Amino acid sequence: MSTPLLEVHNLIKLYPVGSRRKGALLHAVDDVDLTIGEGESVGLVGESGCGKSTLARLLAQLIEPSSGRIVFDGRELTSIAPARFVRSRDRARIQVVFQDPTESLNPSFRVFDSIADPLRRLLGVRGAPELDRRVRHAAELVGLPDELIMRYPHQLSGGQRARVGIARAIAVEPSLLILDEPTSALDVSVQAVILRLLADLRTRLGMSYLFVSHDLNVVRLLCERIVVMYLGRVVEVAPTETLFTAPSHPYTRALIAAIPDPARRGEQRLRLEGSPKSPIDPDPNACRLHGRCPLGTDRCVTASPLLRHLGDVHYAACHFA
Amino acid sequence: MTFATLVQNTRYAFGENRLTLAAVVILALLLLCAMFGSLIAPHDPLATDGAVRLTAPSAAHWFGTDALGRDILSRVIVAARLDLGMAVSAVALSFVVGLALGAIAGYFGGWSERVLGRVMDTIMAFPLFVLAMGIVAALGNNVLNVILATMIINLPFYYRFARGEVNVRREMGYVEAARMGGNGPFAVLLHHIVPNILPPMMVQASLNMGWAILNAAGLSFIGLGVRAPTPEWGIMVSEGASNIISGEWWTFVFPGMALVLAVFSFNLLGDGLRDLLDPRRHT
Amino acid sequence: MTAQLSIEGLSLVFRTRHGTVKALENVSLSVERGEIVGVVGESGSGKSVMAYTVMGLHDPAARIESGHIAFGGTDMLQASPAERDAIRGRELAMIFQSPRTALNPIRKVGLQIEDVLRRHAAIRSADLQRHAVQALARVRIPDAERRYHAYPFELSGGMCQRVMIAMALACSPSMLIADEPTTGLDVTTQAVIMDLIREMSRSHRMSTLLITHDLSLAGEYCDRIAVMHAGHVVEIAPTEALLRSPAHPYTKQLLAATPNPRSTVSALTSIPGQLPDLRGELPVCRFSRRCERVQTICGEAPLPWTNVAANHFVRCRVPL
Repeated sequence: MSTPLLEVHNLIKLYPVGSRRKGALLHAVDDVDLTIGEGESVGLVGESGCGKSTLARLLAQLIEPSSGRIVFDGRELTSIAPARFVRSRDRARIQVVFQDPTESLNPSFRVFDSIADPLRRLLGVRGAPELDRRVRHAAELVGLPDELIMRYPHQLSGGQRARVGIARAIAVEPSLLILDEPTSALDVSVQAVILRLLADLRTRLGMSYLFVSHDLNVVRLLCERIVVMYLGRVVEVAPTETLFTAPSHPYTRALIAAIPDPARRGEQRLRLEGSPKSPIDPDPNACRLHGRCPLGTDRCVTASPLLRHLGDVHYAACHFA
Repeated sequence: MTFATLVQNTRYAFGENRLTLAAVVILALLLLCAMFGSLIAPHDPLATDGAVRLTAPSAAHWFGTDALGRDILSRVIVAARLDLGMAVSAVALSFVVGLALGAIAGYFGGWSERVLGRVMDTIMAFPLFVLAMGIVAALGNNVLNVILATMIINLPFYYRFARGEVNVRREMGYVEAARMGGNGPFAVLLHHIVPNILPPMMVQASLNMGWAILNAAGLSFIGLGVRAPTPEWGIMVSEGASNIISGEWWTFVFPGMALVLAVFSFNLLGDGLRDLLDPRRHT
Repeated sequence: MTAQLSIEGLSLVFRTRHGTVKALENVSLSVERGEIVGVVGESGSGKSVMAYTVMGLHDPAARIESGHIAFGGTDMLQASPAERDAIRGRELAMIFQSPRTALNPIRKVGLQIEDVLRRHAAIRSADLQRHAVQALARVRIPDAERRYHAYPFELSGGMCQRVMIAMALACSPSMLIADEPTTGLDVTTQAVIMDLIREMSRSHRMSTLLITHDLSLAGEYCDRIAVMHAGHVVEIAPTEALLRSPAHPYTKQLLAATPNPRSTVSALTSIPGQLPDLRGELPVCRFSRRCERVQTICGEAPLPWTNVAANHFVRCRVPL
């Protein structure tokens, strides 16, 4: 097996909360390992507060980890100072498509400027004709009509803005594209178009995807492997179909069972009662799901389960898996 | 927005609102006076003539004459340059410095915000006149120092506004995208965030101008900065104030009206600008 | 048997600076006692406008051009404000999107439930608190006694929605209108809230009108589904019939565009064109400009209701 494109080891991100004296820490991302191969599409799912957005930002180098290592294409990113990284070649190789198309485009920039800015800064593209060519090429790749290139964001529809966001990210030819809920703000019909575009782009440009979403149906369409997070921890990793047909972790099972399915009308489904525990100073010896979990023994509060290899590329962090 | 839409919006805003149009016209007139005052003025503003002391408005002197026989109309016209000049300088300076400091505090937070916040709190604790007198006493009684004092007092206003606006935008997707696109923090601030906060700040600035003019005039009224015989609306009101009892109303009414007109017009302009920029943007 | 709610021929417009928005045109819909009807549509379809109009909460700038809304025995559009106030909250209740913002942020949730009870139910002041705590327990809020004293910001989104449901159900209404009640909530929370709504609906024999953009959600929880597009109801049918054999081209395309466990990305189709501008001049069938089956006859007014199967109606000249 070739070297993975991205390797994450023991990544931790803590936020101090409350008064400094008390020293309470919010464990946003708690000891996460992850790998993404070249050209692989990995889904990252979980509900609010699970840490997936924080993890995405850590991988995008928008925020710095409290500890842990991120290795990209054999290079330790975590050891590079952020100020230097911003200007390095690697900055172009990891890009992000953001969630809300309304907020992710600068209202005072035309479409052209939004796409041209990273080209100028990261790839050093100078001459007007070269810049023009590249911008139009990116726009063409995402199916954005030529006449829209000189418009401002408020003159575009939601779907068009989503395309601009994608064009801006792929213009600099990244190897890893992190997509943070790229279609959740769009209508269903527009979402379909954008999803097909994303699938198409991946085959054409050979990028790896980290697709962060709360919508499991969408993730199922685009990803080969899925990582499930809960309260800052990875609870299960599995190939897509395995995750949906034979999930091992109780949380994953409840998550899958929660997806609305007309075929299961009237059926009594598996449900998780209660709310997630607090992510502030969690008990390191207890499983985070204990209390809500339909299963549970004493072992679940004395030894926090680690990710266990269940076969092939399937891992789950549960004593019962 | 494109230039075409800007022109279209301007026409709409000013067409809808006659008052804004009136304000622009008045300000244009005042600007004319400021630039070409000495050419327009019928008499030499400094020329004294004991024979025509304190004469009421007449054909020869539309606004009458003051205690030294000087033509008040000419003096009011020529004073526009100083009053507007002082106000514009002070506002421009506090705008730029306040914007820079506020943007830094709003974006970086942390100790920069804490330190600057304390500085601004300290400034806000001083009433203008007290601070102005302090600065003038320390540095000397001239126009430059009065501008400096006005600028300092005005600083927190722009600082807080800029800091708030930058804070709101700091977490937005396009700012993160700018960071992903190779922009260092100052590049993000300068090229990506500031262009978006300039329009609302300009509105604040034009509303602020009225206040700045009053300040300049007020300080001259109490004898700081501008000195006789320089024509300036505040000084003229001050000199004319002693005539309230004796009834020579034209010595303070006309310069006072000039002040009112200027302040009023700037406020109207500010309101007009606000209408121009806000709802149109969200069509 | 007369329906619990009957909307007939409802047409509503908004007068705005940029023109008249024809938000609803000739909308007809009925809900029987005890059934859960879903109204599915994309943004701009008019589904929320319709729901608000039934409650009488529509924008004062809106003008109802025609139509009737009959609830129980009352004509909601002709009723006096006093009559409507008596019905709203007691017989007809509504829950909204974004529960935390729909609740009064500076009032304890227990007191907010008591407000409803005090207004509509004949309960002695001394008993109000007890009833409020019971209402909270009925929607399965853990530790109801303590939660009575909580403010909305202290509760999670899911809890706040339960509180809203508790407020809505406090007087055992005969009908509940739920406007996107789970949008913005986590999917596990959504599941338990929808289970709760369904359970309450069955146990109280309460009719429910569920407004949502999520076709799958409507598919799992509703008995019948009405599909809306650009201010028109285009199809109404029992759930299975609608999902298995949709009659309206828009419904079919909406289904094809919705990701579900059995679709693949290449099979996912989109709907060509865009929503028509509701201010401009509109064709008789508002989907005709995006429809691949369009014929000349589609431009002939009026657009008829065709009965294609048992209880299955579609507004289309060339149904599938």
